[in-house]
Amino acid sequence: MTRPRSYQTEAIIIKKTKLGEADRILTLYTPHLGKIQAVAKGVRRPRSKLSGHLELLTHSLVSLARGRNLDTVTGSHTINSFLPLKSDLELAAYALYVTELVSQFTADHIENYPLFQLLFDTLQRLEQGGDNELLLRYFELNFLKEIGYRPQLQQCPSCRAPLKPVAGWFCPSAGGVLCGDCGDNRPLRYHVSAGGLKVLQLLQDGEYMTISRLKINRELSAELEGIMRDYIRYLLEREVKSAAWLDTLKSASMTI
Amino acid sequence: MDINPATTSSSVSRLIEELSKLPGIGPKSAQRLTYYLLRAHDEQAQALAEAVLSLKQQTQLCSTCFNIADSDTCLVCRNSSRDRNLICVVEQPQDILALERVGSYKGLYHVLHGAISPTEGVGSDDIRIKEVMERLADGHVEEVIIATNATLEGEQTSMYLKRLIAPLGVKVTRLARGLPFGTELEYADDVTLARALEGRGEF
Repeated sequence: MTRPRSYQTEAIIIKKTKLGEADRILTLYTPHLGKIQAVAKGVRRPRSKLSGHLELLTHSLVSLARGRNLDTVTGSHTINSFLPLKSDLELAAYALYVTELVSQFTADHIENYPLFQLLFDTLQRLEQGGDNELLLRYFELNFLKEIGYRPQLQQCPSCRAPLKPVAGWFCPSAGGVLCGDCGDNRPLRYHVSAGGLKVLQLLQDGEYMTISRLKINRELSAELEGIMRDYIRYLLEREVKSAAWLDTLKSASMTI
Repeated sequence: MDINPATTSSSVSRLIEELSKLPGIGPKSAQRLTYYLLRAHDEQAQALAEAVLSLKQQTQLCSTCFNIADSDTCLVCRNSSRDRNLICVVEQPQDILALERVGSYKGLYHVLHGAISPTEGVGSDDIRIKEVMERLADGHVEEVIIATNATLEGEQTSMYLKRLIAPLGVKVTRLARGLPFGTELEYADDVTLARALEGRGEF
């Protein structure tokens, strides 16, 4: 079967790198083609007709022509520019963190429609406002579910006993929360409070509508952030770069 | 492409190797340039070699604005006819060249040497933002013009700078973002159009 020479797809631009004089290599996340990379020629010139439609965090309809190595962008039209995200320092930082996770954890050309939908919904929810930390945790847990790293939060991954609603240990290498007995002698583990476990379970299996009504204090929010970041670092085997920028912004807002 | 050292002079293969490390130059271009220089006049090769050497040995960053300079202070900072109450913040030294080509800006500059790019791991401490704040400390500067690129990274940098500078009571402005000269409205993207409408002016 021969594939058509050119094709069109919806895409969210999740990464860009400079190439040569005025070109860019873009990483696009698409509903039915998964993550793809494409060359956009001349987009760093001011008169480029495409550049505005191919900026990071833009949802566009992109036309591509197949190339030997990478495909080339031949046209692009914005569907949603997510302008509020781009005009706010914090929101942009959250959105970039989300796109970096998608870009780092996925392989090229693996279709994952639920993941596209999750990415799109998350960007839209960021725009709408609310508890963005909670939204980020919801995204992380559901994202891990989509890519096959769903942490086990219902039963102890070691002794398989159902977890009681008490404090336990989150252990990245075991892939979930261990009960008090099994977690005692594990080297790499993080304390989860009873409340923390409950919220994590809710985030993993609940509807966003219900979750968005939760009120979480700063202490619990920091606990959940720490656990998720350690788990993601363990899976990725390195830091998520944009997390550092989120921290900078947070520490700056504390001092003001 | 490997150059077989047995078939050509070692000087030739060395230059090909060095040239092909340059951006945008592949092994074939490097080979073409090398053989061109081999046949060119001695003076031309000499001039090129000296230019490359002095580039690294005789340039430094201006201690005030971090532009590329021949000495401790760059030509712009040394020029007494320039308005010292005005600082224009740019991402790269090349941006100064672009602005100077227009010739209508008479203030000073500040080169950040990058833009905040969270996904590349570039934060506010990795570019020269702290140095901007140091220049503002003595209270002489009346206006800071932020001329970072109209990309997501440039926008992030400008918003962050504004947040830092605004409490000092210094006026912060941003280069207008609208339709580039010579383009057609129908191809403009939503962000550009929204900003162009926002920043429309009487004329």
